[in-house]
Amino acid sequence: MIRDITIGQYYPAQSRIHSLDPRVKIVCTLLFLVSLFIQNSLLGYVCATVFLGMVIHLSNVPLKYILKGLKPIVILLLFTVVMNLFLTRGGGTLEHFWIFTITEEGLRTSVFMAVRLMYLVAGSSIMTFTTSPNGLTDGMEKLLHPLNKVNVPVHEVAMMMSIALRFIPILLEETDKIMKAQMARGADFESGNIIQRAKAMVPILVPLFVSAFRRANDLALAMEARCYHGGEGRTKMKPLKYHGRDRAAYTLTLLYVVIIFVVGRFVPFKLWIF
Amino acid sequence: MDMIHAEQLVYEYDKRDEEGNVIGTNRAIDGVNIDVPQGSFVAVLGHNGSGKSTLAKHMNAILVPTGGTMWVDGRDTKDPEELWNVRQTAGMVFQNPDNQIIGTVVEEDVGFGPENLGVPTDEIWKRVEESLRSVGMIEYRKASPNKLSGGQKQRVAIAGVIAMEPKCIVLDEPTAMLDPNGRREVIRAVEKLRKEKKVTVILITHYMEEVIAADQVFVMDEGHIVMHGTPREIFSRVDELKSYRMDVPQVTMLAEELRKRGLDVPRGILRREELVEALCRLR
Repeated sequence: MIRDITIGQYYPAQSRIHSLDPRVKIVCTLLFLVSLFIQNSLLGYVCATVFLGMVIHLSNVPLKYILKGLKPIVILLLFTVVMNLFLTRGGGTLEHFWIFTITEEGLRTSVFMAVRLMYLVAGSSIMTFTTSPNGLTDGMEKLLHPLNKVNVPVHEVAMMMSIALRFIPILLEETDKIMKAQMARGADFESGNIIQRAKAMVPILVPLFVSAFRRANDLALAMEARCYHGGEGRTKMKPLKYHGRDRAAYTLTLLYVVIIFVVGRFVPFKLWIF
Repeated sequence: MDMIHAEQLVYEYDKRDEEGNVIGTNRAIDGVNIDVPQGSFVAVLGHNGSGKSTLAKHMNAILVPTGGTMWVDGRDTKDPEELWNVRQTAGMVFQNPDNQIIGTVVEEDVGFGPENLGVPTDEIWKRVEESLRSVGMIEYRKASPNKLSGGQKQRVAIAGVIAMEPKCIVLDEPTAMLDPNGRREVIRAVEKLRKEKKVTVILITHYMEEVIAADQVFVMDEGHIVMHGTPREIFSRVDELKSYRMDVPQVTMLAEELRKRGLDVPRGILRREELVEALCRLR
């Protein structure tokens, strides 16, 4: 159940996206996220869909896997859609019953908002699916390296992030185990109102935290035993180097951003209300 | 030259009550002398709380003795200047396979140690490949450690240590959390390494079956070394072992019981075949 969460996980495969430099993937993902916000029109979203579809296709990550990653945001998604649908006013009224009014603007905003949210999550999860957390760490470290000069511990932060990612599946598995153990002892996580259910989570969180601390301690020992002493004097097994394909990826993404900006802003194309 | 040499080693830690006030000291290790010659296979046995893991942690300078001295390849572990050299010389494998794998891809994890040592990139790749091959995990090099079994994870952890090219490997109960299959896998990998790479192996365990191939066995109890000898010598003292709350391998136990009932079976039988042979000779 809880282990089905695929967001933030690495999906090992061989693909053109996998073999890109992590820096490219980080920068391009950011550009993609920005591109979703600089426009708000049907054609813009078509552009984004084409781009995202192309990347997903190239990444060899099954679409099902990506959709599974969207599961955790379903509630947020529904909430946003409903809120936008009923609360945004503008344009002609499409439907009116009792106290609810759906306007053209409301429908438009809620649909676009839903798509935008889904693309945000799908876009960033493509990055984590295709980049090993160590790659991500390396990428971040390299990209943020200039900050080292102003005493930001870039290497340490990057290392912390990659370890956190590595332990997500382990801690999820553990949560599952603890939940089952508590259920076997008669704990009830399903009934009652929200407050009661939140309270029922305490017997899960406490052992989970205790175990997380113990793991952290063990891991720190293991890292020290393997001579880890911060970023100084460390070499890289996979040093980052830009190749032709990385430059191509940068070019394509920049091209996409320009297109989506121009098309989304300056091409007046409307299909019904969208 | 001894790989590991300890003289009058003492490790004390404060005992605390629930509020964290010191109410006394505990001696986890009390006056231990130990010599491990280079290239040998030494096993340390002991039940829970006997101090065997604490002793192991001294060999890697994770813990520093409060009394006495520990030398690893001639280096005093108390000397902060030598800390990283000691840790490179004596690699350590821990009990929990999940909590010692840092990388999210098998090969990246194996490369973690050499990266820390500042080994050049090409050399790291060579070492990673070689060490994965030596533990038989080369076909999993691109896999995620989460998808491996306990025995496989532990073999990856061993490869991670091998890649640092230590002279000595300390295995702190590497099989305690594994099923019998995983246990066999790990022990086999360790034995193979010992033969191929001529590294010194120190195996901390409470499974008697795993120490049969050892050159020397130390038995610990309450911070002391109470028995020392070859596996055969140790296992011929069944009653003494039992007084230290240790289990004896089934075959050895059976032979001992038979001997007590008056059958002429030699002491210290370690393998099933030996017992069969001894029994056949009786007729």
